[in-house]
Amino acid sequence: MTSVIYDFTPLTQSIDQFLTKNLSQGWALTIELVIIGLVFLLFYAVIGLYLVLAERRVCAFMQNRLGPNRVGPGGFFQTIADLIKLLLKELIPIRRADKFLFNLAPFIVIIASFMAIAAIPFAKGLHAIDFNIGIFYVIAVSSLGVVGILIAGWSSNSKYSLIGAMRSGAQIVSYELSVGLSLLTIVIFAGSMQLSEVIQSQADGWWIWKGHIPAVVAFLVFMIASTAETNRGPFDLAEAESELTAGFHTEYSGIKFAFFFLAEYMNMFIVASFAATMFFGGWMPLHIGGWDTFNHIMDYIPPIIWYFGKTALMIYLIMWFKWTFPRLRIDQLLTLEWKYLLPINLVNILIVAFISWKHWHF
Amino acid sequence: MTEEIKEILFTEHEEYMINMGPQHPSTHGVLRFEVFLKGEVVTRLVPHCGYIHRGIEKMCEKDTYPQIIHLTDRMDYFSAHMNNEAVCLCVENALQVEVPERVKYIRTILAELGRLASHQLWWCAFGMDLGALTTFFYGLRDREKILDIFEESFGSRLLHSFITPGGLMHDVHPNFQNRIKEFIKYFRKKLPEYDQLLTGNIIFQNRTKGIGQLSKEDAIAYGITGPSGRGSGFSCDIRKKYPYSAYPYVQFEEKLSEVGDTFSRYKLRIDEMWESMKIIEQLVDNIPEGDYTAKMKAVLRLPEGEYFQKVETARGELGVYIVSDGNKYPYRIKFRTPNFSNLFIMNKLASGGKIADLVAISGSLDLIIPDIDR
Amino acid sequence: MTEELFNILKSQFESVEIKEGKNYPEFYIPASELTTFCKFLKDDDRFSFDFLFNLTAVDWIEYFNLVYHLESTKNNKCIVVKSKVEGRDNVSIDTVSMLWPAAEFFEREVFDLFGINFNNHPDMRRLFLEENWNGHPLRKDYIDEINIIER
Repeated sequence: MTSVIYDFTPLTQSIDQFLTKNLSQGWALTIELVIIGLVFLLFYAVIGLYLVLAERRVCAFMQNRLGPNRVGPGGFFQTIADLIKLLLKELIPIRRADKFLFNLAPFIVIIASFMAIAAIPFAKGLHAIDFNIGIFYVIAVSSLGVVGILIAGWSSNSKYSLIGAMRSGAQIVSYELSVGLSLLTIVIFAGSMQLSEVIQSQADGWWIWKGHIPAVVAFLVFMIASTAETNRGPFDLAEAESELTAGFHTEYSGIKFAFFFLAEYMNMFIVASFAATMFFGGWMPLHIGGWDTFNHIMDYIPPIIWYFGKTALMIYLIMWFKWTFPRLRIDQLLTLEWKYLLPINLVNILIVAFISWKHWHF
Repeated sequence: MTEEIKEILFTEHEEYMINMGPQHPSTHGVLRFEVFLKGEVVTRLVPHCGYIHRGIEKMCEKDTYPQIIHLTDRMDYFSAHMNNEAVCLCVENALQVEVPERVKYIRTILAELGRLASHQLWWCAFGMDLGALTTFFYGLRDREKILDIFEESFGSRLLHSFITPGGLMHDVHPNFQNRIKEFIKYFRKKLPEYDQLLTGNIIFQNRTKGIGQLSKEDAIAYGITGPSGRGSGFSCDIRKKYPYSAYPYVQFEEKLSEVGDTFSRYKLRIDEMWESMKIIEQLVDNIPEGDYTAKMKAVLRLPEGEYFQKVETARGELGVYIVSDGNKYPYRIKFRTPNFSNLFIMNKLASGGKIADLVAISGSLDLIIPDIDR
Repeated sequence: MTEELFNILKSQFESVEIKEGKNYPEFYIPASELTTFCKFLKDDDRFSFDFLFNLTAVDWIEYFNLVYHLESTKNNKCIVVKSKVEGRDNVSIDTVSMLWPAAEFFEREVFDLFGINFNNHPDMRRLFLEENWNGHPLRKDYIDEINIIER
């Protein structure tokens, strides 16, 4: 039976052919870049807006109340109203703050998350950047965000911001290790860093159960480490409202504050989608190796729905953490990483390498 | 490089000062902490109070005794009933007036309900300070039920001025007993939820165990009473040592803890909530019928002399000291408030810890700022 | 308080006067012997008053009375110690904050609201009011046209 998974490749190739037929190579490339850039910008903005609304509804659900449900059907236009309000707010300039760096910081944070979004595989063939070092590229690029945070804290010329930025810098740099190492286990299983290859290797089952225990351990470590990477949940002391007012973005107002806010939600989206991709198969439907009829039925559900469904589940999990647990202190946070997560990761990688060599996975 | 930059780069690390100013999400009132830090470690802490000093003691010198009740409500507003009770007991003992049994029972029930409501709000705010934002809603949801009972009987949710010298201002609503019984049944099921959400959580335990150690000698020397003092082993429950109102008729335990850290103070308050429910259950079925007030003169004049009355509020020992010269106004009235003494141990407890610990410690001491400043 | 304990105190300090108050026994001691008297009450095993739960002043126009409420956690007894300070301006008395650290802040409050100085106090400054406030509000002759309305 041929696969019914819709392949976007013919569609994108036809657009490419159309352009190269009518224009020169250089112009065609430029127009393609512009189209992709616009599509991603739109996607980024829209998803960012609706993630904020989703967070407020999930938070309200945890707290035994309703969230925003007045503005538009089910609160649909709430974030747009908030965005308009933020756009109209006065941008308060800080005297004696380093103006160039102060204005630059939000952009760096947005650029870092934007570059990572480009590498997400949404469906078969709908994959903007498909390097052969896919996952390595993503980890490298998302590390740029910490530069933006440190610059924001330093250039605000305020003690609160500086403390928040220093804490955040230490935290992000430490947890990047765990994120990278836990993703490495799947790379070893799949045998390649290219994201489309990783997804293809899950055609007979997702790595979370094909790789049994080590994959589950790697998944748990990845969820903890990535919640810390994105300054969310129990690891949000960089913006701990009850201690430091707002940490590194205390002095930002209006649209610049909106950038930080948006970048945080998009980072959460990126992290959730990579958890879904590496451990749960991305756009690959639920297949069980050997049960062909079952797999064929599963293929009828479009891969885009699979992808967004899995990502939504991961996002719900991350939000659940935030609204349940109290905050960790900075030294407890760093202890968790260096004394617990890192050794677990290293041992896990050894085990995975061994299992992969002996083919003891499903 | 310039001299200025050289100085910044090469001088030794000094301590720097951060102001947790009068407006701050976690000081719960207008209190200013001047915190001196070296990196992330607190070296010294200077509290500045007085932002809400209203001169209650001076105002009381020109008010008659029934009028003072309205001012005492506003000191520690979460223990409003207990503050009123303190002044009323002082006046009644001075005038040698015996209040009816019904009054004693109702006063004690109201005091314990107030204690429950106060501890519920403390729990919400403590969780929120530490980052578990959901606790705020769970605690308030249950507190609303108590406030509804108050509103039905007295018309107001927070500041009632209901307990007056001689008895009560008027009789309670006929529904009073039934609603309290319903509430106790409801809350007994909900209080274990508090433990599930916060007490057993390992992140919470790491944030609070071993933090802010207070020894018993320090608690006695600094005068730390209430759950904060009992958490260090200082047995200071006025309800047991000098019982008043209906406390001699009930049986309950005074919970003590030998460990003096934040977690033990937290656990103690949760245990006190269980004990309060026990006390209310013993009293609510047996409220005797009778008058709601004793016969008092229209104008109260205390005989010349000095009178002192101690009462256990939700936060510690409230003492009312009245000096009377035979007039209808007190010559001098002094409120020995628990939060005033509890505040000044912050320097000792928070030094050496981190900023995050400061927030946890001040939450566990449960400070109400208007009580400090009066 | 039993007779023999009264006698022990009388024998140690001649100028102490003992009166039975409405709630607790009251001890009157001159200001000059206050610190030694309090130290004796705290350190001696038969008394061991280790808990100072109130410290105020009362303004009797010609003089101030400083009132100390002490409790012994071992023997469960409370007493009141009173000390008279003559005068109106520049009055002072010794501090007891080295015996009971709680006294440090009660004494700052008394200084703020009555104007009584405490000698050897570690940090003698106002507590509630601003540094440059004129006057001491709880005194009977305090006049403030803006904030106080006389009946």
